Amino acid sequence: MTLASAAATASLAASGPHGFLSPTGVEIAFLLVGLATFGAALVTVTTRQLVHAALWLVVTLGGLAVEYLLLTAEFIAWVQVLIYVGSVVVLLLFGLMLTRAPIGRSPDADSGNRWAALTVAVAAAAALVWVVVDAFRATWIDLDGPAAGSTEVTGASLFQNWVLPFEALSVLLLAALVGAIVLSRKAKAESSSPPMNARGATQSSRSVTESSPPGPDTRQDPAEQEGAR
Amino acid sequence: MHLAYPAVLAALLFCTGLYGVLARRNAILVLMSVELMLNAVNLNLVAFDVWLSRAAEETLHSGQALTLFTIAIAAAEIGIGLAIVLAVHRNRGTSDIDRLRDTAEGHESPTADGHDNDAPTIDGTEKAEATA
Repeated sequence: MTLASAAATASLAASGPHGFLSPTGVEIAFLLVGLATFGAALVTVTTRQLVHAALWLVVTLGGLAVEYLLLTAEFIAWVQVLIYVGSVVVLLLFGLMLTRAPIGRSPDADSGNRWAALTVAVAAAAALVWVVVDAFRATWIDLDGPAAGSTEVTGASLFQNWVLPFEALSVLLLAALVGAIVLSRKAKAESSSPPMNARGATQSSRSVTESSPPGPDTRQDPAEQEGAR
Repeated sequence: MHLAYPAVLAALLFCTGLYGVLARRNAILVLMSVELMLNAVNLNLVAFDVWLSRAAEETLHSGQALTLFTIAIAAAEIGIGLAIVLAVHRNRGTSDIDRLRDTAEGHESPTADGHDNDAPTIDGTEKAEATA
């Protein structure tokens, strides 16, 4: 421990003992997990089986959670596992199922502009990697000492300095919840039961037969419109 | 740990997501690629927060707070996006974004012929929905 701290202080002073040719154990672990993550991401965007893409996305997001753990941000890592791997991928699988995605290989998973997309992506990757490596060539993260992202530290900073954005975020989540329910419910009510829903039936039939743009008062019930007139 | 490792990994993941957004045809696969791009940004935020909390003694932990906010907003985004994709699939019977060119300006004649001929009534009801 004292050796590590001494090495850390020496590295902060002169950045001497670091180097690409003598990586530490954390760097090797980060590199291996990063290769697995990047490979899974490549399979996610190139596979022709849609369900397999979602399952490889699980590997990618789990690998990123391990990278967060290696960066000593453990709370972010568990939030990543809970929200991304736990809920977002399940939502995506439900979406694939509800849009009746084919189970086997679908030949039209990629559009016709994949070579242009590949050119753009490779050019962007080359530019970004070059700029990032050139900018942070002599920068090291000090991972020794207490964790920078433990639950205690993250909670303290979140509820001391970030309370107002946190509460605003809860309102945003509520709005997104209501919006998703409204978006899903309207089409379902129109398609399933026309006699129960007089509003949608009269709207669609009127607009088809008369082909007149419905005014702003057509979202009310017909009985209310009669009463208003 | 050298800062280049997480930064390069984040750049590569972002460009993978960029390729997916540009090259995929199914709307849900495009949403997956958007998730990849958001995760790349999250990795950058966490790495720079861990670096700056030591190097600059930054005590706000703004990178990790922003990462949590990004994760929550991504969850909201994926919910809304899937609801929109399901609504489009229910109306059109497809989630192929190459066929959803109604608001495009120069692509009417070559691609949208077969689709517009077979479903004029569906388009009529959709316009009624859109204006109502």
